[in-house]
Amino acid sequence: MAQEKTITLTINGEARRLSAPANRTLLDGLRELGYVDVKSGCEKGDCGACAILLDGKAIDSCLTLFWQAEGRTVTTVAGIGGANNPHAIQDAFVGAGAVQCGYCTPGMVVATKALLDANPDPNDGEIKAGLSGNLCRCTGYTRIFTAVHQAADALRETGGGS
Amino acid sequence: MTDVQSPTTAESNIPAFRQIGKPLPRPDAPGKVYGTTTYAGDVVMAGMLHGAMLRSTRSSARVVRLDVDKARALPGVRCVLTADDLPTKLLQTDIPGQTGNRDLNTAQPILVKDRVRYHGEPVALLAAETPEIAQAALDLIEVDYEDLPGVYDAHEAMKPDAPKVQKADNIVSRYKIRKGDVEKGFAEADVIVENTFQTQLQEHAFLEPEVGVAWVDEAEVINILMSSQVVEHFRVVADALGIPHNRVRIKAMFTGGGFGGKENLTVEMFLALLAQATRKPVRLCFTREESFLAHGKRHPFTLTYRTGVTKDGLITAQQVKLVADTGAYPQLSPYVILYGTIATSGPYRTDNIKIDSYGVATNHIGTDAFRGFGTTQSCFAHESQMDEIAKELGIDRLELRRRNFVKTGDTNATQQVIESAVWSDDCMTQAWEALGECTPDNGPVKIGRGVACYQQSYGRITWFHDTSEAWVGVEVDGTVVVRTAVPDIGSGQMSAVCQIVGEVLGVPMGEIIAHIGDSAINPLSGTSTASRQLYMSGNAVKQAAEVVRGRLLARAAEHLGGDAEDLDMADNQVFVAAEPDRAIALSELSALCAAEGIHRSELAIFRAPFTGLMDPETGEGRVFPDFTYGAQAIELAVDTETGEITVLKSVGAHDVGQAINSAAVDGQVEGGILMGQGYALTEDMLMVDGKVVTPSLSEYLIPTPEDMPEIKSIILESRSGVGPFGAKGIGEPSFAPIAPAISNAVTDAIGVRIFELPITAERVVNALKEAKT
Repeated sequence: MAQEKTITLTINGEARRLSAPANRTLLDGLRELGYVDVKSGCEKGDCGACAILLDGKAIDSCLTLFWQAEGRTVTTVAGIGGANNPHAIQDAFVGAGAVQCGYCTPGMVVATKALLDANPDPNDGEIKAGLSGNLCRCTGYTRIFTAVHQAADALRETGGGS
Repeated sequence: MTDVQSPTTAESNIPAFRQIGKPLPRPDAPGKVYGTTTYAGDVVMAGMLHGAMLRSTRSSARVVRLDVDKARALPGVRCVLTADDLPTKLLQTDIPGQTGNRDLNTAQPILVKDRVRYHGEPVALLAAETPEIAQAALDLIEVDYEDLPGVYDAHEAMKPDAPKVQKADNIVSRYKIRKGDVEKGFAEADVIVENTFQTQLQEHAFLEPEVGVAWVDEAEVINILMSSQVVEHFRVVADALGIPHNRVRIKAMFTGGGFGGKENLTVEMFLALLAQATRKPVRLCFTREESFLAHGKRHPFTLTYRTGVTKDGLITAQQVKLVADTGAYPQLSPYVILYGTIATSGPYRTDNIKIDSYGVATNHIGTDAFRGFGTTQSCFAHESQMDEIAKELGIDRLELRRRNFVKTGDTNATQQVIESAVWSDDCMTQAWEALGECTPDNGPVKIGRGVACYQQSYGRITWFHDTSEAWVGVEVDGTVVVRTAVPDIGSGQMSAVCQIVGEVLGVPMGEIIAHIGDSAINPLSGTSTASRQLYMSGNAVKQAAEVVRGRLLARAAEHLGGDAEDLDMADNQVFVAAEPDRAIALSELSALCAAEGIHRSELAIFRAPFTGLMDPETGEGRVFPDFTYGAQAIELAVDTETGEITVLKSVGAHDVGQAINSAAVDGQVEGGILMGQGYALTEDMLMVDGKVVTPSLSEYLIPTPEDMPEIKSIILESRSGVGPFGAKGIGEPSFAPIAPAISNAVTDAIGVRIFELPITAERVVNALKEAKT
């Protein structure tokens, strides 16, 4: 068994403490703490379902050891918005019909957040690059692209307030 | 232009649609974007154990020693099961009680007893207190295998001296279709075109690997929460365990994609065994690699066509030999191959047909259900063949198809009469025109265009005697509840029933609550497969809602004065259609009904057409409830130096009968387009001597956002389908014509046909090289 490590980090704005064997991935660590909005699809960094923001940058949490998040800020899809405070990206995914089975959706929303934070008005080529680490088997991506454009428009109109 | 030969079968007393057809947001979408939807893998129970499975590392072998003692002795391990610990019952490939075609000789053991037939076959099963202990325990299991000769090619497996995987001859499925007189048809032909087409093993690659949690409750019911397309496997589990059907409950959680890969059993049988053995809640979750090994893939087909045509392009005879690799166990292969067999003549009128098909067992990983269910492979072949015929005769590719399309009233290969509208021509013409201006060639980069049409059934085989039940009720406060065991696998099954009930009862769909997916507490509604849920359960909820509507309107007529038929329902109100101000709120009306004991709910059953079996010698007989027709047009670029193919424009045009939710229909079309593009160009589950060598999503390549072309979906509505409001199925049809349209476009670009899928860069370069020599 790998050595147990304890870290503190900020998850969705709350200070949390996490103890686990040092070889545990951030994906598994987050899910064990109850953040099951982070989905596991391949555990190899191929699909992007487990994407989270680490200090604002989208990463695959399955390729990150949990202790690497020590002292850092993690944002999951639930930290971007929820039923009481939906984010424009989430509204756009619902409105554009960009959600089918929904299993890739948390990762897609996270990747979109990182993309729009860096580039508030991406063209299709930039969206392709921004979402290239995220697989979806249901939608053909078409409506996800529509949602990203709609979210970008909405965020620019409201001054990017997220 | 549109040739509506069949009457509209949609009948409804609802004057104009308020919700049906509109691109309304799906009620399941918010939970999914907030991350609050509970998938089966998110369920945690107190004291929950973690299951794990040992799978065979060999593809054809005998187990000479299996020692689990060290694993059992590991602290934290709660149980280790091998074949010796299990009931002797085997898993059936058939749908119990529905076809009578069960063949116990080819049924799959739950765990390997002594003979391993494919790489990944389950050998041992265990449960432990943590996933880490479970993994450590697997490593302690000792297995000695003695390799046996294997067979890794369907054609080899048909030879008399081939190693035997199943039965005396490895043939697990055989169909003969005889229509008209094929020899007479060839005699009438001016030209006979012969070609052989080969398809590959395709993996579903749903984003959520198979997962579930099970426990035995206080009533001795085994409860299984899981990712699934078929909750009615509770019967299969109960039969295998030798316990009554009412002692197994399966609830499908929102499922992260299925596409046929969660149609057969996945984790439910193993979970039931572990829960029974440990009397603790148990979770079992496949890794991605395990998922690739665990479920059956799309069958590779070898399709040899011999088509007779007149010089005017009329098909006079069609002779096809179909050989399918079923892998080690038949599973659903007999049905997949039946679909594929009937689909070989496509959407074309053919009076003289001779088809022989063979499902052949090999030591490959199993093949099973996958979106299109055999029709896809045959569509690749018949649409490639149509282009080859057009080239041979010098007739325009679209014109050749036009001259041969089936019409309403014609019969298909099994002499089933086509009853609904056939708008193939309109779909094809519109899709082709939507490609717009042609992109010019650019040096070595050649542009090509292709089209493909199809005939895809929706609904299950009619001799399965398929039914769906649903319950619709109005609460005292006027809110609406639907109960139906429909599993929602992502294509919007729950949303569709809400939209239909919302239309009938005049309640916004987003305000309706549907309780779905539970085999114990919902009326049973059958499988989320075969593009059938909208057809079957859509009709069931519509019937139930209409009965409730009738009762409410009768009471409202008393209240408002006048006749019930003059009333309408919308915006949570009942009102006089001609005087909308004369109204009663649904909440008030429902309270009135409750006070008077008026029944505010209904349980309805919808039955598909019931038929007997087809004739075994000629194939004659009805097999399907109805068919969807449509077309796909593609423009793509081929770099003739590197072989690289870039799809530029992809247009699907489909007659969906009646769109229930146009955004959902577009979503099916767009998703089908990308999945079909993967099938055509990159997806290939490769095996070496039966061992999977592409066990991850970085080796098995599905389309990424970067592969997305310009996509357009065109919806046509004949309102002639047998679904609610005249709807037809679209989940599978949207996928069927993509690969042949791409193949035809590649041929158009480079002047050489590649008769095999996928059309990789390597194959393009080789084909061009061969063409030069």
